[in-house]
Amino acid sequence: MIELLLPPLLAGLAVALVSGPMGAFVVWRRMAFFGDTLAHGALLGAALGLALDISLYVAVVAVCLGLAAALSGLQRQRQLAGDTLLGIVAHTTLALGVIAISLQTGIQVDLFAYLFGDLLAVGWQDVIGLWVGAIVILLLMLWQWRALLSITVNEELAQVEGIAVQRTRLLLMLLLALLIAGAIRTVGVLLITSLLVIPAASARRLTHTPAQMAAVASVLGTASVLAGLAVSWFANTPVGPSIVVAASSLFVLTLLRKPV
Amino acid sequence: MQAKERQYIIAPLYFGPFLMSEPLVTVQSVSVTLGGNAVLSDVSLTLAPGRITTLIGPNGAGKSTLARLVLGLVQPDNGNGSGGTVSRRKGLRVGYMPQHIKIDDSLPLTVDRFLWLAAPGPTASRRAALERAGVAHLRRRGVQQLSGGEMQRVLLARALLRKPDLLVLDEPAQGVDVAGQNALYGLLKTVRDELGCAILLISHDLHLVMAATDEVICLQRHVCCSGSPESVSRDPAYHELFGPGAGTPNLALYTHDHDHDHDLHGNATHSHEHSHHHDHDGPCNHD
Repeated sequence: MIELLLPPLLAGLAVALVSGPMGAFVVWRRMAFFGDTLAHGALLGAALGLALDISLYVAVVAVCLGLAAALSGLQRQRQLAGDTLLGIVAHTTLALGVIAISLQTGIQVDLFAYLFGDLLAVGWQDVIGLWVGAIVILLLMLWQWRALLSITVNEELAQVEGIAVQRTRLLLMLLLALLIAGAIRTVGVLLITSLLVIPAASARRLTHTPAQMAAVASVLGTASVLAGLAVSWFANTPVGPSIVVAASSLFVLTLLRKPV
Repeated sequence: MQAKERQYIIAPLYFGPFLMSEPLVTVQSVSVTLGGNAVLSDVSLTLAPGRITTLIGPNGAGKSTLARLVLGLVQPDNGNGSGGTVSRRKGLRVGYMPQHIKIDDSLPLTVDRFLWLAAPGPTASRRAALERAGVAHLRRRGVQQLSGGEMQRVLLARALLRKPDLLVLDEPAQGVDVAGQNALYGLLKTVRDELGCAILLISHDLHLVMAATDEVICLQRHVCCSGSPESVSRDPAYHELFGPGAGTPNLALYTHDHDHDHDLHGNATHSHEHSHHHDHDGPCNHD
């Protein structure tokens, strides 16, 4: 049993660990819908990866970055609000992704696995890739922590104080795209945002500093993965949704505590 | 901080000529258009170390835009081309105090951490900067719990903490009463003398600004007039902009009896009838 469960467990933990700090930034910068849009686009990336027979991760990251660039371009026009644009782009890319996947001939593709995750199917190769990715993302975030936090507090103050605001914002976007590519296998494109937002939101009520909030979010995310996997194993429920429900349950528990 | 002394508001004139070293920022005949509106046209400005420069002008005159231009947050039309040029000394350290900033409630951030972001270093330096701005007691408070006035003080402390070559303050006297403003301008002079930095202020309050400034620039999308407070207050363009009652001609010779203490919050420590005789009720031609 342990040989069966170990790869999914390690894969889920890698994703949960990075989702803590990244999710904190998503919450602070109000990027939840933006992250969701990138995740929806990831399905299109996965379809392109299959069609062109290239690495799924490379294709997903490329599509996410392209989307991020297109969105920041679209947001220059002022007639439509940001969330309207995101709504258009998110669901258009999702629809295109579903169509593209359904057009694949030859191999049978399980759409459900992309939408809601297929953690139990990951192998050791995925585990190694996810941990390398996780460590790279965490190190980059640690290295640029002050810059990332500065542009989150106030971009103009950060710029005046000599922080390369554009470059830092681009770095955050790139790391988010990397994380989304990695997280597809865990919870699927429809549920990725929840793994980012819910543990960070739960951590808000328990912490006093940004670093604490990021760390506690990692811990809560990790606990959610463990609990979700356990429930899935014993009750035979789908893994991705089980992890999300576990995370939400933790969030509800934190609501019982008085805010600090 | 300034008990029992007789302050002559002519004092800034003495500081005038002695520090004309290499300029920190030079703005040369710059025009700025934002959203299709000409906000600034043909504006020039030089900021030199050790000098306090104040921008005054009615609402919509482009004061904030000019300050943001100096800070590099706004670019001249056509980059640094036909819309004029902005040049900054290399390695310029800037402290900026915006009018207010909004920090998302989801970010658990104390005042202490907020200052750390501007200049990582020992706690003592942050405590000293807060002390200076009169808000040492707020160090452990969450930034979201501060009132508007408290946030301004914290932003001032944050700007001072960076030991800037150039300090830019947008409406620092807003919501501060006259006594508090005196204390604030006193502090700015001290900071100027200690750091030898240039200070650029935006202000609405004509009289106090005039008293605490080396150079005044009257802005109405272009520079109406500029110079020492005394010469500006005699300039017809100044009176056209602010109305006949603004700034009496003898302003620079006006003395100010100062026999009470007050802190930056403007709390006089013992009450005292002010012997000011400002002609302050003239209509301002704001549009």
